[in-house]
Amino acid sequence: MKTASITMIIGSAFLLGLFVFPLWSITLEAPQYPSGIGMYINLDGLEGHEKHDIQNIDGLNHYIGMRKLPKQDEMWEFSVFPKVIGGMAILGILIGLLGLFKKVSYKWFLGWLVLMTVLGVMGIFDFNAWMTDYGTNLDPKAIMKMTDEDGNPLSYKPPLFGSRDILNFTAHSYPAIGAVLMGIGMFLTFIAYIIGLKKAN
Amino acid sequence: MKTIQKLLLGLGAGLLLIGCGNNSKSDSGAMASSNAEKVYVAPGEHDEFYAFLSGGYSGNLTVYGLPSGRMFKEIPVFSQFPTNGYGYSEESKAMLNTSFGFVPWGDSHHPDISQTNGKLDGRWVFINENNTPRIARISLETFETEEIIEIPNSAGNHASSYVTENTEYVVAGTRFAVPNPQKDMPIDEMKGEFKGPLTFIKVDQEHGHMEIDFQINMPGFNYDLSHPGRDKSHGWFFFTSYNTEEAHSMQEVNASQNDKDFIAAVNWMKIKEYVENGGGTEVAGTYAHNIYDESTMMATTEMKEGVTSVDPREVPGAVYYMPVPKSPHGIDVNPTGEYIIGNGKLSTQLSVYSFAKMQEAIKNKDFDGDAYGIPILKYESVLEGVVDSGGLGPLHTEFDGKGFGYTSFFISSEVVKWKVGTWEVVDRQPSFYSVGHLTIPGGNSREPFGKYMFSMNKITKDRYLPTGPELEHSAQLYDISGDKMELLLDFPTHGEPHYAAAIPADLIKSKSKKYYDLEDNNHKYAAKSESATRVERKGNEVHVYATTVRSHFSPDNIEGVKVGDKVYFHITNLEQDFDVPHGFAMIGANTSEILIMPGQTKTIIWEPKREGVWPFYCTDFCSALHQEMQGYVRVSAKNSDTKLRWSLDDEWKE
Repeated sequence: MKTASITMIIGSAFLLGLFVFPLWSITLEAPQYPSGIGMYINLDGLEGHEKHDIQNIDGLNHYIGMRKLPKQDEMWEFSVFPKVIGGMAILGILIGLLGLFKKVSYKWFLGWLVLMTVLGVMGIFDFNAWMTDYGTNLDPKAIMKMTDEDGNPLSYKPPLFGSRDILNFTAHSYPAIGAVLMGIGMFLTFIAYIIGLKKAN
Repeated sequence: MKTIQKLLLGLGAGLLLIGCGNNSKSDSGAMASSNAEKVYVAPGEHDEFYAFLSGGYSGNLTVYGLPSGRMFKEIPVFSQFPTNGYGYSEESKAMLNTSFGFVPWGDSHHPDISQTNGKLDGRWVFINENNTPRIARISLETFETEEIIEIPNSAGNHASSYVTENTEYVVAGTRFAVPNPQKDMPIDEMKGEFKGPLTFIKVDQEHGHMEIDFQINMPGFNYDLSHPGRDKSHGWFFFTSYNTEEAHSMQEVNASQNDKDFIAAVNWMKIKEYVENGGGTEVAGTYAHNIYDESTMMATTEMKEGVTSVDPREVPGAVYYMPVPKSPHGIDVNPTGEYIIGNGKLSTQLSVYSFAKMQEAIKNKDFDGDAYGIPILKYESVLEGVVDSGGLGPLHTEFDGKGFGYTSFFISSEVVKWKVGTWEVVDRQPSFYSVGHLTIPGGNSREPFGKYMFSMNKITKDRYLPTGPELEHSAQLYDISGDKMELLLDFPTHGEPHYAAAIPADLIKSKSKKYYDLEDNNHKYAAKSESATRVERKGNEVHVYATTVRSHFSPDNIEGVKVGDKVYFHITNLEQDFDVPHGFAMIGANTSEILIMPGQTKTIIWEPKREGVWPFYCTDFCSALHQEMQGYVRVSAKNSDTKLRWSLDDEWKE
């Protein structure tokens, strides 16, 4: 149980990496932007790859009528996400400590992981819903109004995961270090559960 | 039968010969294509070196890439530049102020890159102005002119703007001897009365700011070119002079009578100490000192008065003359600092002086009389050797750091490579035509980069498609990495490059600024957001605080301007991205456009003369909506009561 609990503590602590490293990264590439232009999605707000990238993405987006990218205080997620992640990390560490002192069983590890997974999926849904709204809810006075083959307004929603061509840009959307650390952490809590299970048997 | 065989044989041999001919042809083709490859910089790739070519009578400095010979930029320095508003905008006008008032033009000559320990350090490039003596300093981060200092009591600042090996000083000379102080006197009484001050300008190591430290009031010969000592000769400065005859008319003939003129060897270290210890006298001399402040984006002029003048005869051991064959031009020092090369413009020879021998001759007082009290070192005592090339009219020498010197010959139109130490000529190549100066990156420093050399030629003639009687000057790039020089490329230049300074691109390209941060914009009239834009009237002055962002001005409609007003358009470019300038032009403005870099504020004045509704627009194709980037100013009669108001998208404010 000792190894399992320590693994659980370490695994949950990996979530704290999100307070230092970004969760996601979206990069836009076009001939005029040889070194790309892009943003990181941090737990508590958006940040340009370079100092003025957010402003420059907004500048590009205004041609097609997209709203400005939200500031920290313009999206509830940016104040709630840090609390959820911080809370889950503390909870996971606590469960791990309790496991160490044999106060709770290894099954709690799995419980934590299930809760974390549910929250993660909810987060992804929320993120996707925001991107859909951001990419399709356009200013009716937009300078350029593009339509698809069926005559419907074009969606400028960046991909949730992967790459997509949007007009002259190719958008790449991939997890950043913070999300990778979170994934490793969650996998470790699963390992913790497995170790606990094996020891118990 | 036999005859037929013979015939066939003969034909076969003929074919063979033809074959050989073809082979040799394709050889030369392969050679030419390898030269093409040497200068080919593939699309999107970068050149290996930056070259900064003086613009001569354009008054500017042009930036080229080597080996491609492509021009990247023209940096306005001493001349108004309507292309971006330099010398027209309210911010930059002061850069061209002098003690003679606003001078819109200059004659730029010899750029030199700042050095540390005798090596190029890529902080700044300095360049001199010959006509109204000045020296400018250009930042190698912004590639903009940041400072211009006028040189008083001088005329024809040609022996300039060379820097000492830690950029302690940048020097200015006097090519046209003048009365000092200036006075109303008969021209033909010049002999002994005119002077040729040599000016030493201190450079502040942090900001590069220049300050005149002292002027050496030399006899009135014509000081033509100069070069600092390097390494072992650090602390000395060498100047060539012609017209030691002190002719005041028909100098072409009358200044070419003496078989030898002089190189002035100046121990500036000694004079610096002398001045630090209170030596020298304060003399009159009014000069403008113009500084551009990147933070306030404003150039200001400070008129200064008085300089410390040093009589060279009063500082023992500080100044000597060395005889040099007839009317020398360039004076050059090899990377070790041991050899000083006098280029005898009207002779066939280069005279090589030894610094060690010079020291010895000074110690032994090995003099050959004096000129106005300045000791003349005996020619034979200081001469180390002679490069006798058979060429005619040597002008200027640079070094490759591998033991060779390269000298331009104007009259015989060639560049000559010779060996330092043996003084033997090892190669010569024609130049097309009549080369003036030549440049090797770092070729006048302790550490040359001896891969390329380029000549700046004075005569172009038939090298390019003809463009009428007036032609741009031509430069030629040579590969000097092998034993023999190889001509690689002709490339046209802008103005008349008298000299160039070149530097490996890696030393500066990463420092090149991409845009100005709006946060650091401390311009008095900046509008840092659209909400800060406004129009204010002060008497007949109207100040428009406007912004640009792709793709509109704010405000773009202005009413209440009247005939006779003086309208100041203060335009701030809100963009914060690389290479997104906006331009501004107003119909009928008697100035120029302004080109505003991201984060920058620039101001141009418009004085409306007629009632009406007058458009302005963006001159730099900034975006897909560039054509729409325009606006209107309503101009009413002088005594009308049209209200001052402005708008963007019909949201009127007043």
